[in-house]
Amino acid sequence: MVEIVSALEPVYRRGAHGNRDGGSAITLWETQPGSIVQVTSWPGKEGAALAAINAAASLDVTADAGAGVFSDTRSAFGFAPGRWLMVDQAEGMGDTLRDRIDTQTGTVTDLSHGRTAIAIEGERAEWVLSKLFALDFSLAAFPVSVGKSTAHHEFFTLIQRTATDRFDLYVYRSFARSFWQLLCTSAEEVGYTVD
Amino acid sequence: MLIPCPYCGPRDLSEFTYQGDATRVRPDPGSTDQAAWNAYVYDRVNTAGDHSEFWQHSGGCRAHLRIVRSTLTHEVKSVAYARDSIHERSRA
Ligand SMILES: [Zn+2]
Repeated sequence: MVEIVSALEPVYRRGAHGNRDGGSAITLWETQPGSIVQVTSWPGKEGAALAAINAAASLDVTADAGAGVFSDTRSAFGFAPGRWLMVDQAEGMGDTLRDRIDTQTGTVTDLSHGRTAIAIEGERAEWVLSKLFALDFSLAAFPVSVGKSTAHHEFFTLIQRTATDRFDLYVYRSFARSFWQLLCTSAEEVGYTVD
Repeated sequence: MLIPCPYCGPRDLSEFTYQGDATRVRPDPGSTDQAAWNAYVYDRVNTAGDHSEFWQHSGGCRAHLRIVRSTLTHEVKSVAYARDSIHERSRA
């Protein structure tokens, strides 16, 4: 397989940055999944598409809006009617899903090289993300495992909450470097570590 | 203003794109009735009150929606997927 080169590489500065009073309130890092795949079902075929995702990935995503699951290596969530994102740290999930979802059921789009995956974790993660997105990031409105699609200006972003204090963000690769710098700037106030 | 997307739940106006009056009915594409085309393209009632309109959740799930909104208060009275209301219209 082709080696995935990080879009963030020129601006990815490991270490502690920003306000150092009290240390880092969040940690940022690029999670670099081997597979990022979008599945879209035709109207009426949502159940079949979802069953294929669950079978291929050994996951248990339900049909509810925004419902998601995750494990150490995989995650999946709905982000629009009949559309899901499936992420795997291993490569090859695009081919696996394509084998299981025929053209009568829906479409499989391999975005592994088209998206950059960024994790933000820490006690001020909600605070920092609230600066960028017009979303309610509180645990009550955005429970663990749920996925949401949203946007900050041109940065169309898919977000899954993967812990009470962690969110995983998926942005277009071509905007990722700019978005990363914006995220870092937004985190300076609370202090952050790039892992 | 918040719009309650049927998929995403209540979301900020900044995530949506207005797509115009949802009460217009396009003339038959083969029609050469200039008055009908003129009315379709230009004539608007400019309602003061409940108004049926199309929006897209462009900064979210990207669904096209049909919304009834009061132009006086911005209260959103109803929201549905546009495809459902269009199917209703074609069945009618
Ligand atoms: Zn939506």
